[in-house]
Amino acid sequence: MIDLLLQIPAQALALSQAYFGPVWGSHVYTLVKTLILIALIVAPVQGAVAYGTLWERWLIGWMQVRRGPIRVGPYGLLQPVADGIKLLLKEIIVPSGANKFMFLLGPLLAVTPAFAAWAVMPFSPEVVLSDINAGLLYLIAMTSCGVYGVIISGWASNSKYAFLGAMRSAAQIVSYEIAMGFALVSVLLVSHSLNLSDIVAQQGRGMFADKGLNFLSWNWLPLAPMLVVYFVSGVAETNRSPFDVVEGESEIVAGHMVEYSGMAYAQFMLAEYSNMILIAFLTAVMFFGGWASPIDSVVFNGIPTFIWLLIKVFFIFSLYLWFRATFPRYRYDQIMRLGWKVFIPVTLVWLVVIAGWMQTPWSIFN
Amino acid sequence: MIEHLLKNARGFFKTYLLLELLQGMAVTGRHLFRRKITVLYPEQKTPLSPRFRGLHALRRYPNGEERCIGCKLCEAVCPAMAITIETAERGDGTRRTTRYDIDMAKCIFCGFCEESCPVDSIVETSIFEFHGEKRSDLYFTKEMLLAVGDKYEAQIARDRAKDAAYR
Repeated sequence: MIDLLLQIPAQALALSQAYFGPVWGSHVYTLVKTLILIALIVAPVQGAVAYGTLWERWLIGWMQVRRGPIRVGPYGLLQPVADGIKLLLKEIIVPSGANKFMFLLGPLLAVTPAFAAWAVMPFSPEVVLSDINAGLLYLIAMTSCGVYGVIISGWASNSKYAFLGAMRSAAQIVSYEIAMGFALVSVLLVSHSLNLSDIVAQQGRGMFADKGLNFLSWNWLPLAPMLVVYFVSGVAETNRSPFDVVEGESEIVAGHMVEYSGMAYAQFMLAEYSNMILIAFLTAVMFFGGWASPIDSVVFNGIPTFIWLLIKVFFIFSLYLWFRATFPRYRYDQIMRLGWKVFIPVTLVWLVVIAGWMQTPWSIFN
Repeated sequence: MIEHLLKNARGFFKTYLLLELLQGMAVTGRHLFRRKITVLYPEQKTPLSPRFRGLHALRRYPNGEERCIGCKLCEAVCPAMAITIETAERGDGTRRTTRYDIDMAKCIFCGFCEESCPVDSIVETSIFEFHGEKRSDLYFTKEMLLAVGDKYEAQIARDRAKDAAYR
């Protein structure tokens, strides 16, 4: 059975070359193969987004001693489907004063980078769509592109609330990008690589890993302050509570999303949750050893690597929701203060500390 | 000097170890495992007070005679002006209402009508699950109110008896 499956690519290549000639045939084959692989990544991500919203509503409900959605389907499991159908059937209203092209472009610009960033994500040692050397750089580039969607949609809506939300978002994302970037610089400093698979592999080495306690040689321990800075910046980057002044429903209704309805609105939600899951994946990959099992024992190694990654991501994703259930929203100037006066100095100092540490004989990163 | 430094150091560690944030998360974390207090409404219902002010009803005496004597006190006291009454002399010489309408769309369920009634005719029952598809569906006439009273008289009497000691 598996032999047959493994023959499919070669057969498809031969078929394609028979149709389109030897040169064009291989190009067509590559194109179709890549498109299928993209679909294989994007479709589960969308499913995860849908059920991420359900998990969010459940978890926050439970934390507020409620039950969350339980009516649609068994235990409310069909709630995301119902939400999706509702949003699909709703009309997309374009405000009369809005720039229609930009208005419809905004959500697309928000959602495209959110999905494009998944291209370099290593799901397990073998499964990665494009194992490029500058993977981390690509990720930083893609995650910062998301802000254009917010700004363009805020401007194109021709509404002052949307515009205010867009301005807030722009300032916030740009500020936290720096701290996030520095946190990632320290990661690549200790891993000597921008390739995400290499970053994961590097974490499996060290004093504790030799004794079988893999989880103690992952980056989270030596880079603990960076982990905190990275994750909190990630929360701010995705405009999640307690940094969600962009939406700020008490003062600017829903920020850049005020004028959107139906699927255009759903695109923003898709982008937001996709980014959340992405940040959760990245945190797992860069600080919690990616697909590696925490303890080097027969029982733990028997569990597939992909499952380990999913378990870690699930906990980190739930942390987002835990934050949302716990903390009140930051005031805008407090967000700026935290970003510029706390995170950036902390990351700079710790970067120097790490760099100095690596030059000493006690360095554990090599 | 040293005390000042210590205080600063304590503040520094308190801030940078995120202790207060972790405390907050511990609170929500504990609540995650609490028993959920949601009442699953159509299947489960919360107990109602005998003083609950819901849908109105007009009561009758045990011999079947309607209690209302058409004094119009309820109409006068109604703050939402939801009650409309017209009266006429009946064949036996008593004053009776020919029209007793309550517009439930206007009513604010304050219970003043029940308080003002000298013969305990107009009462508010504990029925709260009624609806109308248009506004006129919520316009209750005398016949409808009497019908409500006839149907729920046992419960109305029970609620009044429970509350009588406190009046």
